[in-house]
Amino acid sequence: MSDRRASATAPPAQAPRGRNVLAVAAAVALVAAVLVAALAPWLPLPDPDTVDTPNRLRPPLSPGHALGTDEFGRDLLARLVWGARVSLLAGVATAAAAMVVGVMLGVIGGFYTGWIETIVMRLTDILMAFPYILLAIAIVGGLGPGLRNAMIAIAIVGFPIYSRLVRGVVLSLREHEFVEAARALGAGDAIILGRHILPHLLSPVIVAFSLDVGVKILATAGLSFLGLGTQPPTADWGSMLATGRQFVVLSPHVALLPGLAIFVVVLALNLLGDAVRDFLDPRVG
Amino acid sequence: MRRYLAGRLLLLVPVLVGVSIVIFLVLHLSPGDPAEIMLGSQATREDLARLRADMGLTEPLPVQYVHWLHHVLRGDLGRSLWMKRPVLPEVLGRLRATLLLTGTALVLSTVGGVALGVASARWPRSLLDRLSAVAALFGASMPSFWLGIVLMVIFALRLGWLPASGMFAPYGGGGPLDLALHLALPALTLAAASVTIIARLTRSTMLETLGQDYVRTARAKGVGEGGVVLRHGLKNALIPIVTVVGVQAGYLLGLAFALINLGVDLLYAWLDPRIRYE
Repeated sequence: MSDRRASATAPPAQAPRGRNVLAVAAAVALVAAVLVAALAPWLPLPDPDTVDTPNRLRPPLSPGHALGTDEFGRDLLARLVWGARVSLLAGVATAAAAMVVGVMLGVIGGFYTGWIETIVMRLTDILMAFPYILLAIAIVGGLGPGLRNAMIAIAIVGFPIYSRLVRGVVLSLREHEFVEAARALGAGDAIILGRHILPHLLSPVIVAFSLDVGVKILATAGLSFLGLGTQPPTADWGSMLATGRQFVVLSPHVALLPGLAIFVVVLALNLLGDAVRDFLDPRVG
Repeated sequence: MRRYLAGRLLLLVPVLVGVSIVIFLVLHLSPGDPAEIMLGSQATREDLARLRADMGLTEPLPVQYVHWLHHVLRGDLGRSLWMKRPVLPEVLGRLRATLLLTGTALVLSTVGGVALGVASARWPRSLLDRLSAVAALFGASMPSFWLGIVLMVIFALRLGWLPASGMFAPYGGGGPLDLALHLALPALTLAAASVTIIARLTRSTMLETLGQDYVRTARAKGVGEGGVVLRHGLKNALIPIVTVVGVQAGYLLGLAFALINLGVDLLYAWLDPRIRYE
């Protein structure tokens, strides 16, 4: 694995300058989104849930409502900012949960052969073979709609990506001389896994995670869009998009703005994920 | 080959049984009591209990499953509590439109994606290649349910070029052109994400195969550029592409997943004669 170390510290192979600028812009946009979401209670915004029916469906740049209002006269900017808290947190939390479970199962499935490996990997195969949205709908159907259950469903559907990835790496690491050497020195499984295998998993898992948060944000928004995630009146980008769809003829901004927010954040995450991959794993381009 | 096919089809049986158990359990786990839904909130406790017994909901779960499977195998999926009609005709009535839409989207994304990917690999770092890279990034970041709304606002509401909903125009419609116009926006929306994935994958595998020795040999032998790119490059690059198209088809359809997997495996053998199924 020494070649991997060397290439990881070397400057990224021919990463075009334009991509770095894009990555920095993406990082700035993400930090801004996280800051705004975190500081939402202290920002000078109207209450996101206050209904004001005489002022319903106001266009953007209306007095007092920079981005206009929705079908109940609620301020769209405030709802977008509060919705960012839900969407960003859901994306990071579900990706993290999927990662922890997936890495654990992948390490077990790759390190131990025999029936443990068979069970872990067949479980992974079955989950991967199911169309993910169907499985998520089935899980939410069983647990009941709501943000927490939607997040559990997305994390369950998402862990096989990590277990497949990690198992592949562990399978090849297991045969390396340094593992054999550690074993010859009397190291047990725990030490080999913790000290010799896990550090090598760090960069592929970080790359996968940074690209996965965006996918998870899209998935939570999708479930909310179908009415299976966040329940009203809580603002969330997916459910805002779903209700705004009914007014798309007269007031397209109600549906277009939350979608634009999802798009920009996921695009920034993908750009940043690509930059992380260029840095940590220059062989893949 | 024939034995392999028979074996795979036999393997479908346990998979389908497993899927049917999962579906049955999900139906059972989902919240809400059918008796309460059918009788409404005014029903007495005795009425509810009688209806539950009538519908067989008081039997043990495995017995309920066998009953249900028995009905399903005879093509009886039960009656919709919502529409008060048998479920199967309701599902089948929508199957034609579903297949038409997903099939069109799949053809669009495969043909478009492969063509774009081959062109990007033939002329790497060209304007087309760069545009397709940007499009891939956008495609991966855009929620498809939002893209649908955006396309509808632009092409149906603002420009008025295409219809926003329905399968045929209510008056004077019904021809293939009418159908195609109605298909355009939803099929494009569904295809948008897959076309970019397939294009990028085709590009990277094509670049790899076009760098191989046998491609240089073919060029040295005087094979024309089209033959080199398509016969020697594309056919050898198709294996990962077929995999991804199969996965996309599964996502688009949800149904018939196992059959699609089988089809993909058979295509592998056609593409690469070294792959043998015994």
